[in-house]
Amino acid sequence: MSVFRPGIDPAAHRRLQRIREGVIEWLLRGCAFAAVAGLVLIILFVFREALPILVNAETQKEASLAGFFATPLWQPVGDVPKYGLVPLLLGTFKVVLVAMLFATPLAVLAAVFSSEFASPRLREALKPVIEILAGIPSVVMGFFALIVLASWLQSVTGGTMRLNALNAGIALGLGVIPTIFTVAEDALRAVPKSYREASLALGASRWQTAWNVSLPAASAGVGAGVLLGLARAVGETMIVLMASGNAAITSVTVFDSVRTLSASIAAELAEVVMGSPHYSVLFFLGALLFTITFIINVAAGIFVDRLRRRLAGA
Amino acid sequence: MRSLISSLVILAALAFATAAHAGRPITIKGSDTMVILGQRWAEKYMNEMSGQVVMVTGGGSGTGIAALINGTTDICQASRPMKPDEKLKLRDRYQTMGQEIAVARDGLAVYFNESNPMQKLSIEQLKAIYMGQVTNWKQVGGKDATIVLYGRENSSGTYVFFKDNVLGGRDFSPRVQTLPGTAAVVNAVSKDPNGIGYGGAAYAKGVKDCAIQKDAKSTAILPTAATVKDGSYPLWRHLYFYLRKKPEGDTKKFVDWVLSPAGQQLATQVGYFPL
Repeated sequence: MSVFRPGIDPAAHRRLQRIREGVIEWLLRGCAFAAVAGLVLIILFVFREALPILVNAETQKEASLAGFFATPLWQPVGDVPKYGLVPLLLGTFKVVLVAMLFATPLAVLAAVFSSEFASPRLREALKPVIEILAGIPSVVMGFFALIVLASWLQSVTGGTMRLNALNAGIALGLGVIPTIFTVAEDALRAVPKSYREASLALGASRWQTAWNVSLPAASAGVGAGVLLGLARAVGETMIVLMASGNAAITSVTVFDSVRTLSASIAAELAEVVMGSPHYSVLFFLGALLFTITFIINVAAGIFVDRLRRRLAGA
Repeated sequence: MRSLISSLVILAALAFATAAHAGRPITIKGSDTMVILGQRWAEKYMNEMSGQVVMVTGGGSGTGIAALINGTTDICQASRPMKPDEKLKLRDRYQTMGQEIAVARDGLAVYFNESNPMQKLSIEQLKAIYMGQVTNWKQVGGKDATIVLYGRENSSGTYVFFKDNVLGGRDFSPRVQTLPGTAAVVNAVSKDPNGIGYGGAAYAKGVKDCAIQKDAKSTAILPTAATVKDGSYPLWRHLYFYLRKKPEGDTKKFVDWVLSPAGQQLATQVGYFPL
């Protein structure tokens, strides 16, 4: 705020103002860099703690990259610790696959309905309700799956294990729906009105317009939504920790209990001895998770970029 | 302005008086198995000794021991003895071997679902079941159904106790579903007709205790106050307090009270067993 004070000549006043704005600009820049620096430091920390697996001979005697695939067992506590990553990778893959198969059609079709078919009043009601799902703490979702969903699924499927990949996957899917829905819906709404009007004017029905015009036009944004949902599903911890049973079984069926990368870190990190091979392995899992979600997020960013260019250039 | 200063002075005096009266709070951290027990002790003690504050948190035996070594807790509750490397760390920091005080006994119960006709298992059978060599209830005299295994996370003292005393240090079957907390294990077994689980005897609500035979010839014994106290039930353990050095002052008063008949009586009420 600038206050003109009599007695100060306008040139000096302007100089003062320039200094003040310079200071403010530097402050803001500092805030932005602090946030980025914090993030970079965390990433560096995770990778540094995982490093002994690659370089420390003492650690490699117990846990090495080759050792991760030499055994199908994950038994980190014992006289001979076994760090087989196969059951954890397979478990993560199974849960995420179930979650995405469950969430993607539901979320995308809900987005199509909300943006193409729903009346403005219905849309105003629908959107916040679905987005409230994102506000449910994942521990609540996990508890629901542990107590209610698991019993219901067992009575339907007749599986031996109550807590399994299917149960955790569906609960995880519920957690992912709002992410996919929000991004997909925004992308569909961003499709210019002229596209739809042109399609309808050519005699296409509303369904034909939605399916053949709006959805393809927004496909990059919908894809980005699905990828962001995928990234969330891979990293989500609490739901799978509670609902999956956490047994590190190497099998392909979704009716077996599974142990995921994220749940292993959450369950074991609290009590490992700092600097031990087990500690390094858990940080290695963390670095692996980070790399996976980072790649997915970058891919989603590319999709969004492409959408923006297509809609702007068309 | 003057009224502000005078009220500040009064506030400071009040704070000082309360602090002088209350002494320093005693902090307790450690075993999840012992959280309820520690909280009951703290509540009763704070009622009887007005002014002393006792704060209890869980996290697991290992977490508590780490906190003891880092100096962030006065007392560590542990459901397993300290490991040699942990003792070494404590010695390096404080030049003491630490103080181990057994405060109660815990019977480690094996749970069946209430609809399961099974009554007893020998330690040998239990070992075969948890190592995955026996996979059907039929093989140990039950119905024809797959056994569903539940257990604790490998960060828990109960996991280590079961591994050492039942499996003889061998590895659990990978099919054991590990759940966070004994309450979760009990809940899972109560919902699963073919489930089997293990945990503290204090938690067995909605499930059936399994009678344990030391070997095939000995009699099967249920975990009760009498059988855990005289040691005839084979799966029992001490629960410990760990301190950095011999307790003194307020801490000593609290530890003495826990070991007194009043404290031990409370342990029985919570579902544990006196020393």
